[in-house]
Amino acid sequence: MSLLLAALVATLFAVGVYLLLDRSLVRIVLGLTLIAYGANLLLVLAGGGPGEAPFVFADRGTEDFADPLPQALALTAIVISFGLTVFLLALAYRSSVLTGDDAVENDLEDRRIARLRRETDLDLDELTDELDALEQHEPASRERGS
Amino acid sequence: MSALLALPVAIPLAGAAVAVIASRRVTIQRVVSVGGVAGALGAAVAVLVAVERDGVIATQLGGWPAPAGITLVADLFAALVLVVGLATVLAVLVFAIGQPGCDDESAAFHPVFLVMTAGVAMAFLTGDLFNLFVAFEVTLTASYVLITHGGSAPQVRTGMTYVVINLVASLLFVSAVAFVYAATGTVNLADLAGRMDAIDPNLRSALAVLFLVVFGIKAAIFPLFFWLPDSYPTAPSPVTAVFAGLLTKVGVYAIVRSDTLLFPGALPEGLLLVVASLTMVVGVLGAIAQDDMKRILSFHIVSQIGYMILGLGLFTVAGLAGAILFIVHQVPVKASLFLVGGIVEHSAGSTALSRVGGLVRRIPVAAVLFLLAAGSLAGIPPLSGFVGKLALVEAGFDAGRFAVVAVSLAVSLLTLFSMVKIWNGVFWGVPEEPTPQLAGSVGRLPTPPLMQLAAGALVALTVAIAVWSGPLYQLCTDAAATLVEPGPYLEAVLP
Repeated sequence: MSLLLAALVATLFAVGVYLLLDRSLVRIVLGLTLIAYGANLLLVLAGGGPGEAPFVFADRGTEDFADPLPQALALTAIVISFGLTVFLLALAYRSSVLTGDDAVENDLEDRRIARLRRETDLDLDELTDELDALEQHEPASRERGS
Repeated sequence: MSALLALPVAIPLAGAAVAVIASRRVTIQRVVSVGGVAGALGAAVAVLVAVERDGVIATQLGGWPAPAGITLVADLFAALVLVVGLATVLAVLVFAIGQPGCDDESAAFHPVFLVMTAGVAMAFLTGDLFNLFVAFEVTLTASYVLITHGGSAPQVRTGMTYVVINLVASLLFVSAVAFVYAATGTVNLADLAGRMDAIDPNLRSALAVLFLVVFGIKAAIFPLFFWLPDSYPTAPSPVTAVFAGLLTKVGVYAIVRSDTLLFPGALPEGLLLVVASLTMVVGVLGAIAQDDMKRILSFHIVSQIGYMILGLGLFTVAGLAGAILFIVHQVPVKASLFLVGGIVEHSAGSTALSRVGGLVRRIPVAAVLFLLAAGSLAGIPPLSGFVGKLALVEAGFDAGRFAVVAVSLAVSLLTLFSMVKIWNGVFWGVPEEPTPQLAGSVGRLPTPPLMQLAAGALVALTVAIAVWSGPLYQLCTDAAATLVEPGPYLEAVLP
């Protein structure tokens, strides 16, 4: 595996993870796509260097063949990640229809614990504001705490 | 013989295709769906009988010899988990048909459910690392659809977390497969087992940890479990039941398979035992803090995963046998608890402990089923959980790991406490702020007999596991022996 391509894979993973840490689902999808590129490139690189196309002819040996297996694996992985990207985009669209944006919201449990802390009169003004903003998306009927 | 191994995967897939064609007729879909899962279960039982009689059996798909082709292989471990898994799927499917508004609202339910069944069966039977990835993806893609099935706001919110976490794990899986292929030049599990010795031990340890992370996210072990208690409870009850019973166990299965076949001794000493203890403790403490039946049960999924990892961490025949027995008992128990949760939700309109109460008079059958399943989960003798935990505790003593045994016993006690909390909150007492159904302002809904029948069948399965625990433990010991000494497995795949 050449150093340049290894660095490219690392960059794709790094940028992908950075985007993944965002709250907006569209950015998360972009991040996942980049990581998927990195992973697929890694699969292809795992097969070793380039070579002849692996077609078997009577007058040609098989020594110079490129390894076809990782390419087949990468193709499968590409198809899967394509399908799931489309599904995630549909989910983002559904979320924007329901709540007006595509932000991935906090875990219910995290918010419940945050509220418990608020009830014990800790100084959590910022958190409170954030919670209120979040709760506008979440009808109060589903909040069961306290 | 050779076609038999493909049937548990092929029958549900074919059923899914027929169910898509019959998408306008829910009756036909139901018949096809039940027939497909029952057919797969029949094939799985045939596989178990064949494996028990002849030892490990393997099939090369398309006739390409291993390691070039894709291998399907069943040893006792795979066959046992497959049978109990498909039996649970069948019961949950009957429950879903019985529950009003679950499978008849959308034509997608049955095809997707069948695809998920096929994916689970393939994950148990595959003998190829990349095919395992494909099986995971088939299962997960179907589960993404099921978990967001209703399309309501909370489902979309939790579905996002679930999908993104699992996608990240899948991409890590692809990367790990790439590293393995670069290091060894093969993705066939049996072939890999032979070649792993040749590579640098440090590289081997790194790969082992990478796979532990990948499968650990799917299995929800500490510290990778955080997505589970939030995403499972929002789905419809039958969906949660089959996820709880099976999907995490597919992850556990993959951990056991990879750590026994590919990386024996490659993980740092004691790592799995520490992970197991923390998974048990954090899971059960999380459960105690909850006040909703489905959320309590979701945290217990995490906690119980710890016991399975404990058996693997001991890495003795007795420990692995205990782990296998525990998986076999846990699949139906967990699913039946969630099915009872579904009956409670159907009858009382909620599963929040503060909003329901006194249901023992309203749904006495479900109350009895809950008692049996909850007692089994907590490990009360003579129920099935007791047998599984006894096997693990004995194995722990034999291996001299007293600390982790003590942790597991303490967690059992806390599990019992938490089950009593559900019993008091749901089946006894009076609700603090009753739901409209309990306050009498809405007409009373009878519980469809099919729902009770399905939950009852699952509980009967767990009782059967307890009754025949002797022969079953013997089977599990044989299965564990093949895991520790994989000679027969390798011979069957690479003759």
